[in-house]
Amino acid sequence: MATQPLADSLAPPRSLASRLPSIAALGPFLALALACGFFASQTDRFLSGQNFSLILQQVMVVGVIAIGQTLIILTAGIDLSCGMIMALGSIVMTKLAVDSGLNPYLAIALGVLTCAAFGFLNGALITFIKLPPFIVTLGTLNIAFAITQIYSQSQTVTGLPEVLTFLGNTFRVGQTSVTYGTVTMLVMYLLTWFILRDTAAGRHVYALGNNPEATRLMGIPTRRLLISVYTIAGVLYGVAALMIVARTGVGDAMAGQTDNLDSITAVVLGGTSLFGGRGMILGTLIGALIVGVFRNGLTLMGVPSVYQILITGILVILAVTTDQMSRAKE
Amino acid sequence: MSTSPPTPVLKAHGLVKCYGHVVALDGADFELRSGEILAVIGDNGAGKSTLIKALSGAIIPDQGEIFLDGKPVKFHSPIDARKQGIETVYQDLAVAPAMSIAENLFLGREIRKKGFLGSLLRILDKKRMLAETMAHMKVLQIGIRSMKQPVETLSGGQRQGVAVARSAAFARHVVIMDEPTAALGVKESNMVLDLIRRVRDRGLPVILISHNMPHVFDIADRIHIARLGKRAAVVNPHNISMSDTVAVMTGAKRPEELPAEALA
Repeated sequence: MATQPLADSLAPPRSLASRLPSIAALGPFLALALACGFFASQTDRFLSGQNFSLILQQVMVVGVIAIGQTLIILTAGIDLSCGMIMALGSIVMTKLAVDSGLNPYLAIALGVLTCAAFGFLNGALITFIKLPPFIVTLGTLNIAFAITQIYSQSQTVTGLPEVLTFLGNTFRVGQTSVTYGTVTMLVMYLLTWFILRDTAAGRHVYALGNNPEATRLMGIPTRRLLISVYTIAGVLYGVAALMIVARTGVGDAMAGQTDNLDSITAVVLGGTSLFGGRGMILGTLIGALIVGVFRNGLTLMGVPSVYQILITGILVILAVTTDQMSRAKE
Repeated sequence: MSTSPPTPVLKAHGLVKCYGHVVALDGADFELRSGEILAVIGDNGAGKSTLIKALSGAIIPDQGEIFLDGKPVKFHSPIDARKQGIETVYQDLAVAPAMSIAENLFLGREIRKKGFLGSLLRILDKKRMLAETMAHMKVLQIGIRSMKQPVETLSGGQRQGVAVARSAAFARHVVIMDEPTAALGVKESNMVLDLIRRVRDRGLPVILISHNMPHVFDIADRIHIARLGKRAAVVNPHNISMSDTVAVMTGAKRPEELPAEALA
């Protein structure tokens, strides 16, 4: 008659399994530390403030794009169009400022707005027409690329006003010069980390990726949330556009061609699940740094760049395998 | 007849719902009294799930009225019904598996910190949500050690326990449970049934939809039998056999053929 309380008989022992997420979260960090240790032992030029500042500058653009990519992947989506949207944004802001003689601040704003509009388009198509994110963003990738080429006539925009390259300027910390762009990237990571961790909107992004139906049933406006995520990602691509303009000093119509896969690599290496709903934004920063450290270290060691691509590919497969296996256990 | 019956907590009268040519509800009545577990049973196509959807706001009936505490209400969405104090536990364990128990309990109803940290920076009060989660789980005697544990580390019964606790914590009037034991083993089912009793004993009436006759007879105070889009009968599980109940449900026996004391 008397059934046991739902209590202790069922409560699982405080097992390793319940602590696994925190161990998994350490994985990317360990990989980064190991990589740094390895390269430090191979070349003395690796371990210097100046070199680290350089690595940060090199990962800056992909790093900011990867913030947007992380948000989207957390909702169980994916964005292939990010690099092309960024390229379009950079062409819009440079051409408006140089060829149309617009106030450079206004030009920047319109460039970012263009990226936001494309993000919104992605989100709206995915939400309302219920098309898979992969297909939608494959389409907008091509649309954004074509518009970029038509608008710029495939020409590089040069002779930029100072305002557009501000993020490339540096200030000194001791011996090391740091760009404002790097600082901007780090601030954006911290801000996103805070929002995802400590606000309801951030938790809802995780819930949406975890169980969209349950999230909807709990009264969360999931459609608005999903469109917001894609639009915010668009804004971030706009910021990345300003960064690549600052870094290269020109508006390059051919920019961003591999940034979609590079950003997905950073997200996956950072331990975010491609199935959505689990992951950490700071992991993405670590993931982007892992790629940056490998490229930088191998270059310093004189290893040809094809091998860098080879190693990045292997790292991605390893990371996805870990993700898949940890899910299979459940 | 001697005493005037108290106002039913949830009542529906003459509900009609058609999907094209299919009449899912054909003038169905419904009555849930305070402090009871009312089981709703019916064959496939009897209009059982359509009735529940109408009561939980998932569909809008074409005709008929719904009364909550004697007052007419109209639900346009499940969120509407929830705002009126009707919570639903869905059979497919509607939880976010990678999120903690506390987060699942407060999903969509998060508490923010007091003062400008909450209003301006919109920071969540995780401590308070954690403490309240522990309090709710304690009342229902769900012995899970850490509320920070992700739901996916729990057993099926415990997960259902989280879903039930969530509904019980926020329901002011009614908890609707849609096949809460369908995905569970024998032992875990018994635990969830116990949990449902505790929810009732705390004063919340429960509507239980179930295919499992032993569970229904184990736990229900009254049984609503749906048939052909109507309410065929409401029976008292203490005064009727399981086979007679099934006979009414399938149409093998007419409700009029039942002895008077079997009806409730």
